[in-house]
Amino acid sequence: MGQLTIRNLEVSFHTREGIIRAVDGIDLAIGPGEIVGLVGESGSGKSVTCNSVLQLLPCPPAQFGEGKIEWSSKDLLQLDEGKMRRIRGKEISMIFQDPMSCLNPFMTVLDQVAEPLIIHKICKPAEAKRKALEMLAKVGVHRVKEYPNSYPHEFSGGMRQRAMIAMALITQPALLLADEPTTALDVTVQAKVLSILRELCSELGVSVLFVSHDLGLVAELADRVVVMYRGKVVEQNDTASIFTHPKHPYVKALIACRPTLETSDDRLPTVEDFINPGKETEKSPTDTSPPKTSSRSAKTLVEAKRLVVEFTTDEGSVRAVNDVSIKIPQGSTHGLVGESGSGKTSLGRSLLNLIRRKSGEILFNGIPVGHKGHPHEKQFRKSMQIIFQDPYASLNPRLTIEQALVEPMIVHNLGSSKRERIKRVIDLLEEVGLGEEHLARYPHEFSGGQRQRICVARALTTEPEFIVCDECVSAMDVSVQAQVLNLLKSLQASRGLTYLFISHDLGVVKFMSDQISVMQKGQIVESGSAENIYNDPQTKYTQQLINSIPAANRSKNFSFTHPSVSPGP
Amino acid sequence: MSSTHSSSLGRDAWLRLRANKMAMASLFLLAAVALISLLGPLLCSYSYDQQNLDRVFQSPDTTHLFGTDNLGRDLFARTTYGGRISLAVGLLATLVSLVIGVTYGMLSGYCGGRLDAWMMRLVDVLYSLPFIIFVILLMVLFGRNFLLLFLAIGAVEWLTMARITRAQTINLKNAEFIEAARALGYSHLRILFHHLLPNLIGPIIIYATLTVPAVMLLESVLSFLGLGVQAPMSSWGSLIKEGAEKMDAAPWLLFFPGMFFCLTLFALNFLGDGLRDALDPKSSKD
Repeated sequence: MGQLTIRNLEVSFHTREGIIRAVDGIDLAIGPGEIVGLVGESGSGKSVTCNSVLQLLPCPPAQFGEGKIEWSSKDLLQLDEGKMRRIRGKEISMIFQDPMSCLNPFMTVLDQVAEPLIIHKICKPAEAKRKALEMLAKVGVHRVKEYPNSYPHEFSGGMRQRAMIAMALITQPALLLADEPTTALDVTVQAKVLSILRELCSELGVSVLFVSHDLGLVAELADRVVVMYRGKVVEQNDTASIFTHPKHPYVKALIACRPTLETSDDRLPTVEDFINPGKETEKSPTDTSPPKTSSRSAKTLVEAKRLVVEFTTDEGSVRAVNDVSIKIPQGSTHGLVGESGSGKTSLGRSLLNLIRRKSGEILFNGIPVGHKGHPHEKQFRKSMQIIFQDPYASLNPRLTIEQALVEPMIVHNLGSSKRERIKRVIDLLEEVGLGEEHLARYPHEFSGGQRQRICVARALTTEPEFIVCDECVSAMDVSVQAQVLNLLKSLQASRGLTYLFISHDLGVVKFMSDQISVMQKGQIVESGSAENIYNDPQTKYTQQLINSIPAANRSKNFSFTHPSVSPGP
Repeated sequence: MSSTHSSSLGRDAWLRLRANKMAMASLFLLAAVALISLLGPLLCSYSYDQQNLDRVFQSPDTTHLFGTDNLGRDLFARTTYGGRISLAVGLLATLVSLVIGVTYGMLSGYCGGRLDAWMMRLVDVLYSLPFIIFVILLMVLFGRNFLLLFLAIGAVEWLTMARITRAQTINLKNAEFIEAARALGYSHLRILFHHLLPNLIGPIIIYATLTVPAVMLLESVLSFLGLGVQAPMSSWGSLIKEGAEKMDAAPWLLFFPGMFFCLTLFALNFLGDGLRDALDPKSSKD
């Protein structure tokens, strides 16, 4: 009982482009009470594996090969829908990634948590509600006790994910599948949710398959780690050994290419360095020798004085940015850290005049930047650019790469002829590691990392001096993230660019930035050089942020005793 | 496809459309229907209003290909002649409603705020006017006029189009690529017509193909009211209505105009689907 064994599982998808083999013959076992981490980048087949266990994949397009998924002497792949339904939520349950969308907005949280007990006829509705209340109290959702009729929208993302955990564990299943359960949460919330998950599972003796793209995060929780790459298991071992003696080059790369708080190199290693050693890393962005430091201590390029940004909502106005002053010297990177809702994105956009500020002043090169509709607006637009978080959404799907990159030059009257513009576009594409052959393609033909390079190239078409990078690597796998970060650094060196680098990931910000500001509730609570902030945080909030980072992501040499993060309130 | 030439969406779309067999067949069918409607009345030896009381309710034979009606008029002549009017009304009124509705909806959705609220209230007011009363009003004001037909239908059909376009615009205007366009200093007009409009094409085309048959049916309602097409002139809508009344005695009176009507609608729908796919660069190129 409670033993899951996956043997030679093969899952393929039949699509218009042909057959895609998402999972290619993997073996995996989870013993009773064991916590197994399943790690891999997007497209590695980890979620498909997870969904196959509960038979949640639509067939077709999914198709299973010869393999078996054995669960208490049954092959789950052979069971019919009715028998499967009796296992789902009762013996094996699941938590999903997005807490915002996995609760039904029309049902009270209490009813939803109680529902599995009623559906599986474990107890009567009244009894189920009582048990649900107990379980919700255990995971720290205390609001329900006071207001038993609260609906999901009245809870924060972290609380919803806790409710999700309560719902998954209320039937006391033998196995819990957790598919990136904390990816959408802030670091501090993530740490709390994780510790609740760990304690509850060991208390109830539930075994867990914890799926994540973040090796460091998995190390916090898992007894054993399984690493997947392109549909295959490349390595599995106990957690400590994976970190101390990784064998497969891909696993070595995963560990190396994530910036920790201790990383101080100028360039991050990438997966290619490990998988094809000796071979020149991708089309390496043009070399990085030109003068770099001369202008470092130079004049202030961007300055904001007592900036206030307000949004009016139905409930009144909210101050997203509250009296913030900031100075960014030319050629440097200013990091901006904070949790979601701290106002960091609003600050970045108001600096670019993309959203209207309520009061305050912005100086660019010493010249005041007027409000929207200012006569010099176009001039400022040209010199300030932005790179967004989601490279899938920030390129117009109906324009070819050529059209997307030539357009800014037309608008700003750069380049005299079509030929000259195209030549510049090709130069830019080569600078970001792409080439002429990509001109006629549409955005959907590129991978996420390539698209972000295109976005970088587009931001460079107007030859800006200042670029706001708004969470521009947050949606990426660590390996791709390393490439984009390297690109941004080398561009800064060769072009003398000034960045405002916004991210919730402290390791990444530390790697990129000279100066860092920490934002909380619309205000900058702490500001200083990158080293100082991390080595000697002055405010409690900053300390809390740093402590919430999984140990493996804080430092390369960490001990493997699971830290006892105190459970949340 | 790895050509380094700049490829326009239009050319790619045409290549993709040509690869779609259903859409191409529909295109040919539409062309054929249009051609028959144009040339039919000229080729036929009877005119659409020529009565022959000796030969009423003639079933289809070699002299009267589609048979005759209660006044002995040749149905082939009447059907093809009606096709001219139905196609003209259907396509032109749809085009008019498309232009007005899309522009209005995009402006309203893109500008947002108070302007949006006022523009949409105007749409609500126009929605609430009973169509028939609106038409009678127009008749009283301008008299009976064929052009009024377009005006009346266009004035009603653009409302839904505006609503749909507005909703899609609001969805899209917060997309990051629109924000990126603003950050690059593009003008509002450029963003509207170069970045938003191409991304709205899918739902617009689908709704337009649904509008054409609705317009053709509206036309027959209007004809019944005495606005627009009057006997002895014909249109598919009015022929179908007459045919339906005499279905027991002379089923061909319903069958032939109905067949033309249905074929046209099927073809339009398939063509619409094909166009939508062809204009989406995400559908594969080969």
